[in-house]
Amino acid sequence: MLVPLKWLNEYVKIDDIDPQEFADRMTMSGSKVEEVIETGKEIENVVTGRIVKIEKHPNAEKLVVCQMDVGSETIQIITGADNVREGQIVPVALHGSKLPGGVKIKRGKLRGLESNGMLCSAAELGLGEYVPNAAAGIYILPEDTKVGVDIKDVLNLGNAVIDFEITSNRPDCLSMIGMAREASVTFNRPLSIPEIHVKENGQDVNDFIDVEIKAKDLCTRYGVRIVRNVKIEESPDWMKERLKDAGVRPINNIVDITNYVMLEYGQPLHAFDYDKISGKKIIVRRAKDGENLKTLDGKDRKLDNSMLVIADPEKPLVVAGVMGGEDSEVTEKSSNILFETANFNGTSVRLTSKKLGFRTEASSRFEKGIDPNIALDALNRAAELVVELKAGEVVSGVVDNYDNELRPWTVDISPDRINRFLGTDIPKDKMVSILESLKIDVVDKDKDVMKAVIPTFRADIELEEDIAEEIARIYGYNNIESTRIKGEALEGGLNREQKIEGIARDILTGSGLYETITYSIVSPDDFDKINIPKNSALRNTITILNPLGRDLSIMRTTLIPSMLEVIARNYSKKIESAGFFELGRVYWPLDDKISKLPEEKNMLVIGMYGDCDFYDIKGCIELLLQSLGIRKYEFKRESDNATFHPGKTAKLEVKRKNIGIVGEIHPDIIERFDIPKHVYICELDFDEIVSLSELDKHFKPLPKYPSIERDMALLVDRNIMASEIEDIIREKGGNLIESIKLFDVYEGKQIPEGKKSIAYSIIYRSDCRTLKDDEVNKVHDSIIKSVESNLGAQLRL
Amino acid sequence: MRDQLLKIKKEASEDIKKASNAMELDNVRVKYLGKKGSLTAILRGMGSLSSEERPVIGKLANEIRSEIEGLINDALESVKEREKHEKLKSEVIDISMPGRIKERGARHPLTIVLDEIKEIFTGMGFLVVEGPEVELDYYNFEAMNIPKNHPARDVQDTFYINDEVLLRTQTSPMQARYMEKNKPPIRIIVPGRVYRSDTPDASHSPVFTQIEGLVVDDGITMGNLKGTLDIFARKLFGEDTKTKFRPHHFNFTEPSAELDVSCSVCKGVGCSVCKGTGWVEILGCGMVHPKVLEFCNIDHRRYSGFAFGVGLERVAMIKYGINDIRLFYENDIRFLNQF
Repeated sequence: MLVPLKWLNEYVKIDDIDPQEFADRMTMSGSKVEEVIETGKEIENVVTGRIVKIEKHPNAEKLVVCQMDVGSETIQIITGADNVREGQIVPVALHGSKLPGGVKIKRGKLRGLESNGMLCSAAELGLGEYVPNAAAGIYILPEDTKVGVDIKDVLNLGNAVIDFEITSNRPDCLSMIGMAREASVTFNRPLSIPEIHVKENGQDVNDFIDVEIKAKDLCTRYGVRIVRNVKIEESPDWMKERLKDAGVRPINNIVDITNYVMLEYGQPLHAFDYDKISGKKIIVRRAKDGENLKTLDGKDRKLDNSMLVIADPEKPLVVAGVMGGEDSEVTEKSSNILFETANFNGTSVRLTSKKLGFRTEASSRFEKGIDPNIALDALNRAAELVVELKAGEVVSGVVDNYDNELRPWTVDISPDRINRFLGTDIPKDKMVSILESLKIDVVDKDKDVMKAVIPTFRADIELEEDIAEEIARIYGYNNIESTRIKGEALEGGLNREQKIEGIARDILTGSGLYETITYSIVSPDDFDKINIPKNSALRNTITILNPLGRDLSIMRTTLIPSMLEVIARNYSKKIESAGFFELGRVYWPLDDKISKLPEEKNMLVIGMYGDCDFYDIKGCIELLLQSLGIRKYEFKRESDNATFHPGKTAKLEVKRKNIGIVGEIHPDIIERFDIPKHVYICELDFDEIVSLSELDKHFKPLPKYPSIERDMALLVDRNIMASEIEDIIREKGGNLIESIKLFDVYEGKQIPEGKKSIAYSIIYRSDCRTLKDDEVNKVHDSIIKSVESNLGAQLRL
Repeated sequence: MRDQLLKIKKEASEDIKKASNAMELDNVRVKYLGKKGSLTAILRGMGSLSSEERPVIGKLANEIRSEIEGLINDALESVKEREKHEKLKSEVIDISMPGRIKERGARHPLTIVLDEIKEIFTGMGFLVVEGPEVELDYYNFEAMNIPKNHPARDVQDTFYINDEVLLRTQTSPMQARYMEKNKPPIRIIVPGRVYRSDTPDASHSPVFTQIEGLVVDDGITMGNLKGTLDIFARKLFGEDTKTKFRPHHFNFTEPSAELDVSCSVCKGVGCSVCKGTGWVEILGCGMVHPKVLEFCNIDHRRYSGFAFGVGLERVAMIKYGINDIRLFYENDIRFLNQF
């Protein structure tokens, strides 16, 4: 909401306050300032100049050479605009001048001739929104404009305008008078709203119009005034300047008056061409299904029964509170005008404008709610301005349909409770004076519980807490003392799952991985990209009805595509090798009619590429599981998952439960993501890991007896798995085995085709005695015999 | 004989001085003290001395012997010391060559800041709880005192799943969920992802992270709200951080405020992070609206509370001087490894 301070000063004297200080103090009393604007601030050294002479440029067909009288001298400027004529007065940006958008103008040569500046269009002066066809040519100023004057003085720039952010609870502040009220309280200065006097012509309004409200639920109040013998013309400069500063484009006196009053009072008004209303009658009714109306923007709108229209006995004229109709629009030919002031149901206006797909200044104001008691003041103010601007003669009287008058209501307030709630010690008198300055009357001042009488423009105040806020913001939030919470000590802290997440992050980052966070809304195309079968449950997703686009339209059911995208992005930035992990949720729809919500599961995805292989990522997982106290787990070959390489993939099982998958990404997928050749990914069910983890530690005494180490190198078929050998070692070695370490695997020279050499170091130890060599040899030999007979292994010597 | 001994002593000490390594010293030892050494020869010839002279000369000879031995040992010691020195000198490596750094890995900057925030609040007795991101309209809006068709819904452009289900636009719905199941005293923070229908740009992201805070108890005051958030701001941005509470409006708090902190980048002087104002807005907060307490069956005449909502990305951007929110979600390792 743009508030020109000159305008505001009409109701409360603030012109002695620095605009920045004004803004700061208004912010602290509850009217948040977005920006302090000085109109035309960016314009420097632009003056008015008269075109003395225009000649064709000798070297360029489209350029002309102008001799400009800029007051102190006559200078030569070249322009390409074709709307300049000798004698015109135009804005001249001199050498070294500045224009909006950081544009600097310097002297220079154009096709061989010197140009000492630039002639400006309205758009170049930042007036694009307020001047018709602002960019079409040079801005031609009125003939009586003085020459050699700063353009800011001519165009009434250099004004201070404050842009306030008005929150949805304070629609009353969407007006100059509303803001003046706030300023008057903030600076403790009197508020003066000029009284309205309308000079009427003596004719009776009832002879001109009849109003019937059929849909009283959607229209609380409807008021009308008639203006005769209207002369449509431009508004005076003072009004145009205020409208422009408030961000509204001046159009003609009648439209400008409705806009001016809307800005002043916050009440949207509508002007009809009275002669286009059939039957001298206005009917406020619901539209009929399928009824049509051509609105001001020239579009045909199909209406339905949920929408409110202003109609005459024959046809709808206006979509109530949203937009006028083209047919009854005020034009230069209009000679009689009907002004409407009304109070429409906010929700109805909101739904209507949503259905029709557009919002207007009026509709957004009705949506937020308007005090019905200002309707008549606004209408009268418009009539007063009509007379003041000599725009027409006002017919005597108003038609005002307002059955259920909204009256002030009361809220019980206890100063004691308010102080306890705020943690303050504000005296009762102070509270009362704050409220009275806000136009909230207080009665029963001598009682413990007083009554606050709420003016009808403050629909946001219903409860004592609302009053507490009013008192607090004017008293000053920063005057409330900061205190610690009292009361019993609470346990606080992280729960088991949160602690485990922390440990997991420690382990994974300690393994050299970087944590990533990616969007949880993804593209449905991801499934095809990673070869998810058509019938997979993963394709059953939560889908957004109104997504930003297909790429961000479903809630993810797997973290793998997001991880592949991270890898692709880093690989494209010439990062040769990297590892990442993400702990994030996936969203699985449930057929649960009661909760209606999906299951949100925590998943862990790890991805790595470059200087690594399958055993690096497997090692990461093992380290993580072990650190979380999960000692028994099994990796089983998985060759049927189309996302992964069939020979280089395993599923992870703990207690016979499948908790995830790890492997190399299938070569088909590489191209689709632009990722390097060997990418290793694992995705684990982190909720399962949390529930399986065992964080309690129990001390085991250090071994008392020495260990014996035996190495064993075997020649086996290539397809024998290490786990098969290890199973035999454990089976035969029983509880004498302390640890088994695979320390070498070799294929190639000196090893027959189809075979591999695999070497283990086994540590034997007993926890109750010193082992003898004989005893260990016996066990070790039995292991060797067993691998020889069961796996066809040969002992290498 | 006496003169001979003194001569030997003189010669030996000169020889020792001349010797430059262990071998030469050994030669000196052999020359004077060895089986065929000159001093040994004299000792052998003692027999020819008179019984009066023998003890005197004998004593002198032994003294000289041990003196020479001592000198040789000292010299050996210094030779060894010198040789060790030379050896060490020859073993110099180029310490300017790079160290072998293991890839360090790192938490995401958002996690780092979130962990800090969790630590601050758990230290004040808060629990950390989480809630669903796919949420019912009821909890996201209605229980937060934002009825259907309320204009405040426009401020938060919402992704809908169906009429009743949406992606939560704020972590506030957990206020209602938690209060339905738990009675005061309540002290929780709720970190989590939230969603708004904003096209990604330098300051908007359709997915981002909020941390909700909620305290409900007997006699909670607005002063408590200020005190708690003062501590939070100082611990997160530094002890010298100043705070400014500005009146604002949220449907689920009354009174409501926004909190500005003095810019931690420029210390309040004015910079690009604070747009020259010296202050940055970090959160919205307020006293829990009595209607919200009522929705959750908490007697608002007995209990009061405060709530706040912090944007994690915003806080991290201010803390680290990051200028584009998209960097958090792009996960470029050159970004991630700076934290």
